[in-house]
Amino acid sequence: MANVFTAIGNWVNERAPGMMPVYRKHMTEYYAPKNFNFWYYFGVLAIVVLVNQILTGIFLTMFYKPGAATAFDSVEYIMRDVDWGWLIRYMHSTGASMFFIVIYLHMFRGLMYGSYKKPRELVWLLGMFIFLALMAEAFMGYVLPWGNMSFWGAKVIISLFGAVPLIGDTLVQWIMGDYNPADATLNRFFALHVIALPLVLLLLVVLHIFALHEVGSNNPDGVEIKKKKDPATGKPLDGIPFHPYYTVHDIVGVGFFLTICAFIIFYQPTVGGWFLENDNFIQANPLVTPPEIKPVWYFTPFYGILRVIPSKGLGIFAMFASIVLLFLLPWVDRGAVKSIRYRGLGYKIALGLFALTFLLLGSIGAGLTGEAIPKLFGASADVTSIEMHFGWLLVLMYFGYFIYLWVYTAFGFEKTKPVPERVTGGGH
Amino acid sequence: MSSSMTTRVQKRPSLAALLNENLPAMMRKAAFVFACVAFAAPVLAEEGAGLQVANTKVGNIASLQRGARLYFNYCSGCHSIKYQSYSRLAEDLKLSPDEVLKNFAFTGAKIGDQIVSNMPADHAQEWFGKAPPDLSLEARAKGPDWIYTYLKSFYLDPSRPVGWNNTVFPGASMPNVLWELQGTQVAHYAPAKPGEEPAVEKLELASKGSLSAEEFDSAARDITAFLQYVGEPAALKREAVGVWAILYLVFFTFLAWLLNKEYWKDVK
Repeated sequence: MANVFTAIGNWVNERAPGMMPVYRKHMTEYYAPKNFNFWYYFGVLAIVVLVNQILTGIFLTMFYKPGAATAFDSVEYIMRDVDWGWLIRYMHSTGASMFFIVIYLHMFRGLMYGSYKKPRELVWLLGMFIFLALMAEAFMGYVLPWGNMSFWGAKVIISLFGAVPLIGDTLVQWIMGDYNPADATLNRFFALHVIALPLVLLLLVVLHIFALHEVGSNNPDGVEIKKKKDPATGKPLDGIPFHPYYTVHDIVGVGFFLTICAFIIFYQPTVGGWFLENDNFIQANPLVTPPEIKPVWYFTPFYGILRVIPSKGLGIFAMFASIVLLFLLPWVDRGAVKSIRYRGLGYKIALGLFALTFLLLGSIGAGLTGEAIPKLFGASADVTSIEMHFGWLLVLMYFGYFIYLWVYTAFGFEKTKPVPERVTGGGH
Repeated sequence: MSSSMTTRVQKRPSLAALLNENLPAMMRKAAFVFACVAFAAPVLAEEGAGLQVANTKVGNIASLQRGARLYFNYCSGCHSIKYQSYSRLAEDLKLSPDEVLKNFAFTGAKIGDQIVSNMPADHAQEWFGKAPPDLSLEARAKGPDWIYTYLKSFYLDPSRPVGWNNTVFPGASMPNVLWELQGTQVAHYAPAKPGEEPAVEKLELASKGSLSAEEFDSAARDITAFLQYVGEPAALKREAVGVWAILYLVFFTFLAWLLNKEYWKDVK
């Protein structure tokens, strides 16, 4: 049997001699730092979720019927009458939320260890484009079941484009293909969700990984392993071949992650209305507004920014700016030291506050603070006013992070610790 | 909803503890972060707002059968459950097709038909002011606690067109169809604040029904459980299969961990 494989391998190699070098470059001779920690699982987990979304999506597409009159019924058909349809659908809906959990943690890793810094700016930029494409993909996917929150969520989000000067209203109608989210909207979102955006996502993911493999992976010490090579072999002293060492390592993380996903899929698929919202089990109805229109949890930090700024135009501008600034992070942060382990205390505190701000903005966007305020300040508290002021503070803290980071690093305020020559720890 | 959630929250640590023994510290950290992110949510979302806990058990087939009987006697005349077929009902509730047709199909339906009420929608609109909604997904949209409390919260209110009102859903168009079981409740109002309608403080049983309070609670619970089942018939299978899927993944992860240890033992 082994001979057969070798023979097939040789046959391919003779005809496509360029394949083996590519495999070596990205797998067996890609040297990754040996001190990766827990935070370095999220890249591979994102790939696992992407594959899950594509595979389960293919099967859902076989039974889902786009169209305002058919979509909702076809989802229930999948949940009830298609063999294992409920499993496929829960894998897809859980996958959507897990994708964002994984991606947010993956991005936070980048912030902690300075992975966006030179020479990895391109990796970061491509990653941010993936994040944008993912948000578009998730939004359109959320509209497809045609529940009432699908409808009203789509209406609110698409109407944001109405703030574009001069052409706003026309633009909104052009996107929807109607005066309201309707059959036309659903069909075009289906097309974009199942083919256009997945192609963009796949291309970007490949570019993200290729760009990474050009410069090599960062690590928790922020040390460039390519600077210390074995003089005899020319291999990085702190590097280890990605395959088999990190492939086998990642399988453990993937197994653990899938176990957690299985818990959710089999025992808590709606996660108490967070992964699948209650109002989306009611069919889309343009005449009945849900008690509270809010996006799914993964958009709530950005939606929180929109919500607390009273001017619609300014709110939308701030929301887009909050994402655009993330793109610019490599140029905002001028500090030479990458890893949080050796950065100044001012950076550690700022990053912690930034993460906290992001979560709290999310709680405003999700309406959690609106529920918490009467409990904290008594039933007579002016919820709107308290929430607004708290929200403004958070918006200032969010944008303040970027300004502070630039001032802190560009004018030499940061007191860093010495960075070691070689990575610390690693190996098992 | 919150009740099933609490039981899950209590069940979780046992397997987590199992994992803890098998996996190194790094994985425990991963477990912690994921647990925080994924499971903090339902705890935060605990239902409050005066709803009583339904305490339904969808796996209890006897309860579902009793709920189905009550549903078809008292609810199905007006409310459809159009995503549910009689045949699926027979299969999941362990009843024969004949039993289902004889006891439940009052509309002359065949076993493969969907469960649809015979009430003409336009007439219903006229009679009640609103056509009775389909209840296939009611438990998923409102939650079991809402349904359970709603069924128990009807009271006589002469100001309403049908003579009934409900504290959970004020202004509901539906009369209390379960009154002969529950008896009739009347409202005691709290002193009204100036310029406001008086709020219902509590409900009191004015005349007895054929069931005691405990028996009626149990009947409301059975109906709720039945609607919960109808909301997601796959839940029965989902929970049964889940154990094996998780055990398989735990075993797989354990093997992967051993393999990983073997590969990395020489890396310094």
